[in-house]
Amino acid sequence: MTTQAVRLFRKMDGLFAVYKPQGVHWKHVRDNIESSLLKALNSCPPAAPQLAVHFQLLSDGKNSSSKDLVPSPSMVPVLADHPLVTGPQFHKVHVGVGHRLDAFSSGVLVLGVGKGNRVLEHLSKSHVTRDYTLEGEFGKSTDSFMDTGRVIEKATYDHVTQDKLERVLAMIQGANQKALITYSQVDLRTQEAYELAVRGLLYPHGKSPPILTGLRCINFNPPHFTLEVQCVNETQKYLCKLIHEVGLELRTSAICSGVRRTRDGPFKVENALTRQHWTADSIIQAIAHFSKTTRKIRKSGMYRQTAGQFNSSAQIQEQTRRQSEQINQEHAGLSSSTSDAVGDRKTPS
Amino acid sequence: MHVCQRCVSLFLSRPLSAALQPSTRAPHQRSHLTLLQHSTRHTLSQRHGTQTGTHFTGRQAASPPLYNKKEIVPLNSDDHRIDLDSAVHLSPLQEISEDEAVQIQVPSALPPESSTLRPYVDKSETLSKLVHLGVNLWKLEQRPNVGSMLVRLDFHADVAPRLLFLKDLGVEESKLGQLLTINPFILTESVDNLEARVSYLKSKKFSKQSVAAMVSKAPYLLNFSVERLDNRLGFFQKQLGLRAEKTRDVVTRLPKLLCGSLEPVKENLKVFELEFGFRGNEIQHIVTTVPKVLIANKRKLTQIFDFVHNTMNVPQSLIGKFPQTLVSRVLRPGPVPTVSAQLRLLGPLGVPAR
Repeated sequence: MTTQAVRLFRKMDGLFAVYKPQGVHWKHVRDNIESSLLKALNSCPPAAPQLAVHFQLLSDGKNSSSKDLVPSPSMVPVLADHPLVTGPQFHKVHVGVGHRLDAFSSGVLVLGVGKGNRVLEHLSKSHVTRDYTLEGEFGKSTDSFMDTGRVIEKATYDHVTQDKLERVLAMIQGANQKALITYSQVDLRTQEAYELAVRGLLYPHGKSPPILTGLRCINFNPPHFTLEVQCVNETQKYLCKLIHEVGLELRTSAICSGVRRTRDGPFKVENALTRQHWTADSIIQAIAHFSKTTRKIRKSGMYRQTAGQFNSSAQIQEQTRRQSEQINQEHAGLSSSTSDAVGDRKTPS
Repeated sequence: MHVCQRCVSLFLSRPLSAALQPSTRAPHQRSHLTLLQHSTRHTLSQRHGTQTGTHFTGRQAASPPLYNKKEIVPLNSDDHRIDLDSAVHLSPLQEISEDEAVQIQVPSALPPESSTLRPYVDKSETLSKLVHLGVNLWKLEQRPNVGSMLVRLDFHADVAPRLLFLKDLGVEESKLGQLLTINPFILTESVDNLEARVSYLKSKKFSKQSVAAMVSKAPYLLNFSVERLDNRLGFFQKQLGLRAEKTRDVVTRLPKLLCGSLEPVKENLKVFELEFGFRGNEIQHIVTTVPKVLIANKRKLTQIFDFVHNTMNVPQSLIGKFPQTLVSRVLRPGPVPTVSAQLRLLGPLGVPAR
């Protein structure tokens, strides 16, 4: 007989996305989610305690006048099943984190619960790209490339125009495209490789430095500007340094005042849970929403593992590229069907 | 709770209480086995050469190697040599006399060692009465050696006198469970010491209700010696320069001051004097309003003071008049952004900067 707590625990298996607020370490987010899941599990009523026969000295019920104490049996719950002796039903829920976000950044953070942690591994090995929105400010330069650091130098930025900025961004994008082609270990003179490159399905093999697959300027009000970036293998510090380098190329200085991840693979910011929704029922709903993508990630991960056993490198690349093409098609498919997800979420009681 | 007669008889007999010690393995197994073997020796001396006697010794001889070989010899020196060829097979359905039936010793089903208190709770009077009081045995068994200590206690000799003492002191029965969960060692402190400490506090003119309140709030209070309590009370009176009744009031509101070390308190006082620049009478006012500042985290105090004084531009004298700001949770810097982070985003005029 499964208890209510065990049935609830079995639903907690899969991946979901959370919106990490700025200024918070990712570990605190993970601990917060784990403790709210444990709170829900331990608030479920425990299993009924075992009963045991106890003899109590009670007065003989037949004659009220007689004062004989007779040991009479009764079924009493066993103290070994008392909550003060057994403790809480669940001590630990395995919650894992996907691509980490440092304290300065905010945005989508993918978490895995229970069996979903295995899928997290596959997600990290798959070559999904991530979308960032970077806020920058011209005129200052700090030691940590962020606006919270100590100001080292100041510069004028009157000569900066949107045209010049776009030219610098195009140059950076070109350099990154070259790096992408080099690290994808593909000979562009072949027809298949050319077709993949045209469709934008090239990705770096093995270890590579951070590569930007897409870069554009969304907003330009000097001194502030906003960039949108799609990248692979990056860290948030690298993106702050990118802003600094954009400033250097424009012969001024720039600092990063905000990093916001809007997409991590198939997980988008519209479906990420905000802090009011870090409760067990919202999380289980989010897991159910992402169950299809989780299954696809697991399948592609397992395919990659079995393909690795056959040890033919050209075939692996072709077939894994087909898998990533399928995942990218799901990105396009998901982006059209995000509107229904937000409305379905119930307000937690 | 009424314990059944069978349980009581099992519990009170010596072999069981020896087996209830779960801490170390070897000496207790040996004591367990030797005690059983003593009981069989009694049966043998009463009935010579009976089949049940040889059955018992046969069983004992097959025990693990911890068994003390010296004790086999007195058995074999009697006329009962174990002749395995002529062993008479005993059937469990064989009829035995009433005397023999009464002398059969059943070894206890309790494990000699366990990592939880669950197997012992139903059989032990102490543990079951503690559960009925509301003591969280699960929390206590996580602490090293506390579980073994609780199992070894005898209810009528150890626990009951101390519970009655606490009740006489004025501690409410509903709070006893929580008190024992935080400080189970009050059950091993001698009642004379406890009474001496209470009489010391009463001699310092703490009223009966305030002593009861202090013990409920700081369960470890009565485990400290009279010298230590005296030392701390003297320190607070001298250092803060407060009158006797004000010191009593501060200590009654925060009895943890008498339990912990004095070094953090001295450091906090230095911070107030040197970093914040408060004078003696201001510090006295702060401590009597909010005694918690004496044991608050030094780093968090400085962070909150820095934020309130330098960022919000509140003058230092105003902070001294309202020291609740230094311990408020609203302004506290923490892992999840709170009001202080929102206040930082607002510019100097309280209007969003961008």
